[in-house]
Amino acid sequence: MSMTSQTPPSSGGQSLRQWLLSDTPTSRRQARLSALYQGWLALRQNHMAMVGLAILVVLISIALFAPLIAPHDPFVQDLANRLQPLGSEGHLLGTDSLGRDILSRLIYGARITLYIVALVALIAPVVGLLVGTISGYAGGWTDVILMRITDIFLAFPRLVLALAFVAALGAGIENAVLAISLTAWPPYARMARAETLTIRSSDYISAIRLQGAGPLRIIIKHIWPLCISSLIVRVTLDMAGIILAAAGLGFLGLGAQPPSPEWGAMISEGRRFILDHWWVATMPGLAIFAVSLAFNLLGDGLRDVLDPKDSAS
Amino acid sequence: MKTIRTLFGSAALGLALGVTPIAGMAETPANMLVIANRIDDITTLDPAQSFEFAGADVIRNIYGKLVNFDPANLDAGYQPDLAESWTVSEDGRTITFTMREGVTFQSGNPVRAEDAAFSLKRAVILNKTPSFIITQFGFTPENVDETITVDGNTLSITTDKRYATSFVLNCLTATIGSILDEKTVMANEVDGDMGNQWLATNSAGSGPFTLASWKPKESVTLTANPGFYGGEPAMKRVIVRHVQESATQRLMLERGDVDVARDLTPSDVEGMEGVEGVEVVREMRGRLMYVSFNQKHPELSKPQVRQALKYLIDYEGMENSFLKNWYVGHQNFLPKTYLGSVDENPFSLDIEKAKALLAEAGVEGMELTVGVREAQERLEIAQSLQNTFAQAGITLNLEVGTGKQILGKYRARELDIYLGAWGPDYPDPHTNAGTFAYNPDNSDEAQATGLLAWRNSWDTGGLTEKVAAAVVEGDTEKRAEMYHDIQAQFRETAPFAVMFQLIEQAGVAEEVEGLSLGAAITAASYWNVTK
Amino acid sequence: MANFATETERRPWLPLPPWARGTLVTLSSIAVTMLGLLFVTFLIGRVMPIDPVLAIVGERATEEQYNAAYRELGLDRSLAVQFFYYVSDVLRGDFGTSLLTARDVSSDIARVFPATFELATIGILFGCILGVPLGVIAAVRRGSWIDQIARVIALVGYSMPIFWLGLMGLLLFYGILGWVGGPGRQGIFYEDMIPSVTGMILIDSLIAGDWGAFRDAFSHIVLPASLLGYYSLAYISRMTRSFMLEQLSAEYITTARVKGMSEWAVIWSHAFRNIRVQLITVIALSYANLLEGSVLTEIIFAWPGIGSYITTALLSADMNAVLGGTVVVGLVFICLNIFSDLLYKVFDPRSK
Repeated sequence: MSMTSQTPPSSGGQSLRQWLLSDTPTSRRQARLSALYQGWLALRQNHMAMVGLAILVVLISIALFAPLIAPHDPFVQDLANRLQPLGSEGHLLGTDSLGRDILSRLIYGARITLYIVALVALIAPVVGLLVGTISGYAGGWTDVILMRITDIFLAFPRLVLALAFVAALGAGIENAVLAISLTAWPPYARMARAETLTIRSSDYISAIRLQGAGPLRIIIKHIWPLCISSLIVRVTLDMAGIILAAAGLGFLGLGAQPPSPEWGAMISEGRRFILDHWWVATMPGLAIFAVSLAFNLLGDGLRDVLDPKDSAS
Repeated sequence: MKTIRTLFGSAALGLALGVTPIAGMAETPANMLVIANRIDDITTLDPAQSFEFAGADVIRNIYGKLVNFDPANLDAGYQPDLAESWTVSEDGRTITFTMREGVTFQSGNPVRAEDAAFSLKRAVILNKTPSFIITQFGFTPENVDETITVDGNTLSITTDKRYATSFVLNCLTATIGSILDEKTVMANEVDGDMGNQWLATNSAGSGPFTLASWKPKESVTLTANPGFYGGEPAMKRVIVRHVQESATQRLMLERGDVDVARDLTPSDVEGMEGVEGVEVVREMRGRLMYVSFNQKHPELSKPQVRQALKYLIDYEGMENSFLKNWYVGHQNFLPKTYLGSVDENPFSLDIEKAKALLAEAGVEGMELTVGVREAQERLEIAQSLQNTFAQAGITLNLEVGTGKQILGKYRARELDIYLGAWGPDYPDPHTNAGTFAYNPDNSDEAQATGLLAWRNSWDTGGLTEKVAAAVVEGDTEKRAEMYHDIQAQFRETAPFAVMFQLIEQAGVAEEVEGLSLGAAITAASYWNVTK
Repeated sequence: MANFATETERRPWLPLPPWARGTLVTLSSIAVTMLGLLFVTFLIGRVMPIDPVLAIVGERATEEQYNAAYRELGLDRSLAVQFFYYVSDVLRGDFGTSLLTARDVSSDIARVFPATFELATIGILFGCILGVPLGVIAAVRRGSWIDQIARVIALVGYSMPIFWLGLMGLLLFYGILGWVGGPGRQGIFYEDMIPSVTGMILIDSLIAGDWGAFRDAFSHIVLPASLLGYYSLAYISRMTRSFMLEQLSAEYITTARVKGMSEWAVIWSHAFRNIRVQLITVIALSYANLLEGSVLTEIIFAWPGIGSYITTALLSADMNAVLGGTVVVGLVFICLNIFSDLLYKVFDPRSK
């Protein structure tokens, strides 16, 4: 293919697809987009990953349009109408101990789950990346100190650290997010450090250094981008763990506070009825399961595409 | 889902071959009583220090007291136990007990008047939290040698004022009135602690059972005392196992792994109906559920607002739904069955009336925070309050935490509203009157953190003096009358909305007879149990 | 994973043979990490708005009683002084007394840690025995239905909220089917019957020669252990698959195949042989995680392990207990890491 252009083609001439699949990209942007597109094509081959993606898309739309979809107000109580079974009139998934509609609560709870996931996914990997790359690039005492701190956090029992943090700051979603991030960053830091160590001594970085680039610029502009792909895979695979940790905190009463329809808290509320009204705890359990599974399927697929270890065939 | 099942199925199947006979033999031995209960609140088993429900149950079965309740007839009030009889001096200040002859401690030492004196003095000197039950009669570490004296086989105690004898004796039935074996305890003294550390995990009593082991948050094991003067109990071993979840307790009971399940939620009790071999025992207990309004809050200190909030509680809705058969409506600070208790429950959910009262007070919408302990039924009550308060334009935020977290703030007068429970310490009306309606110094400096009225910064509007008068009234009928009067004023003016009284529902295997949970006045007793 | 070995390269100033220097550096970094761990825990304990004094004196205490207990706990001293005293006590082997259990923290830990150890060990055995073969097969038959099933099994394991699965498992296998023992470590009939030697009931009952007690304890541990095992199975099988794929694509495998070596030999005596070390690292890591004590599993199965011990202590601000528990868990974690680092050094040809 010799006919290439600098910009994405408009209609006619060459198709977008051809441009993206070009073997000889003419610009950096084209090369990047092309790599992304090829990755997407590979991912599309992975049916399970697509199932995961589909579930997540559904989840996001549910969360966005919660007020339109939810049949009831998730907070309105009706003590006379409590613990209704599945499929009862007006309450597809029944009602909870205070007579609130479980389906509506699940739908609104999707917002909380996404909120938690998004925040943790923003905080933990960024902190880890920062600590890891600085540690790896700077070396020496900086490295020793930062890695020792990382070890301390790694050696801490995770849920206990989170619990302590929440207990110290008070229960609530924001604090739960911070607590989970606090326990989640050290593995990212280790990973980023390991990658930085291999990149640091490469000719490519030496060349840039010779051109007079400062350490900060090198880390941000040249090392970070190289760490990102493995980081994304790791984050996606960790999502499920984050959701479960948040639910665990909710289950222990230290996450979202009542009457918030957080899924873990809903299980915790419903577990008292598990013998006679099993659906009260089971429905949020299934919701957590479905979303975690979706993240795992997607992450697993992404790893196949992005992680060179696995993609060998 | 399916894969897990198969996975577990195959794993379990492999094991089932070896395991089934054990799991199938699900019946407790005939001379052993097994109880599932939440016992994680036990922090010590020293009678001079223990002050929790589960600890009281254990200690009641290990130690004898001067006077005690007969589990077979709790209504009869206190009865002679280690004291055979007693006389009251003319001025009403000195009570002289004659000790029962021939009773021995589990160690074999005889029970002497000296042991009784030692036990009471020890409680005063150690000055642990429950000591006020005894020291409120004027005993101090300095004067105990004069006020608590022994003469041969008799023990005399002299109070600082004249009190109703029933009040004094009722206090001696509390956990702190347990009689310890002086020789054994002092043999285990460390650094002058009067055996406090040793008694935390050991026993030295004369009661029907001996403590075999206490594993924190796991189990308490008691073994029968063959030398018990009332006859060796039929149950040779009693095991109280800590089981947190109601559902789990129920499963264990239905499978025959335990004989008694003590923390069943209403839904599990309901679900157990019709299950063969299991019945439900219901006993009215002394614990009250209440909400209180901090008088430091400018709006909450207005009388109309306090009234309005009392009309914003869905007493009936809660009682008939998630608290069904578990808590019964009760709006007075004296639990039912107590001397002077009344059955007046004037408040019910009335949004319109509440709105009118709020308007009268000039309050238009406000935001309040309620402190709640992390316990499912309390969270539900709090959410119900949230719901009904909102209907009158009041936003109620929940602050949930562990007991200690919330309690710390409550004691520091920092909460707007507190949702809590209160259990009487001894079966006399003063136990609750003296905390709900008694507050001699309402200043911050007084630091009377033990008094509920002080925690809510309430000066009691004259009730303090009435409570002080009632406690020294010798005539029982007159005394009851005084409590009626105090409670009438309390209901209308106090910043407390007492809502419910606890009914303990225990699931019990049907062959178990003679179990007493202690009703509203004392703790559980196991020595009359047969199977 | 901890990287305790890396500093060895840059410390030429110690006049010691390399192995001694290495050991010294490792030991000192353990000490630093442990001290840091203690300090962070200590800080947490002090900033938490939970009052440890209230935990002892209870709701009814007067101000005077409260203050007496406050002084007794040494809380009136400055933070630095408290920390100093604590560390010097620990160095003498004294972890202090727990407020909640009224006994030495060390004796508490001697009681709760074996419970967790027993559970974690059976769990990890379960995870290895099923997880490793599953991972190997999935890698060998990459893309086949067997690979897909292995993937689903693993991912479901990653995705299930354990507290929900635990409740359901208990309901099904104990409540309905009655195949396994109920919550707790042993049937109540056996309570206090077996003399405690190791603290692990399975072993103690064997020592006592009581088969009934052994079977009873086994029937109680099997469900929580398989649950925990399932979680490690998920992780182990995925990692095994990934390592195997890397090896199987290597040139030496192709060479071996070309040479006509049997497929079985290629897989097990070549590829698998080469992933042993990596695999042990992975297993050590998930073992370490299990040994932290799964708080939720322990709560649901009324399992008196170290996870719930630390948690309840934490929520009551019983800091001696929290610190003691954290030290033990941290030590276990660090030791397992060092162990796997050592393995790397000994077996991994690249690091020589």
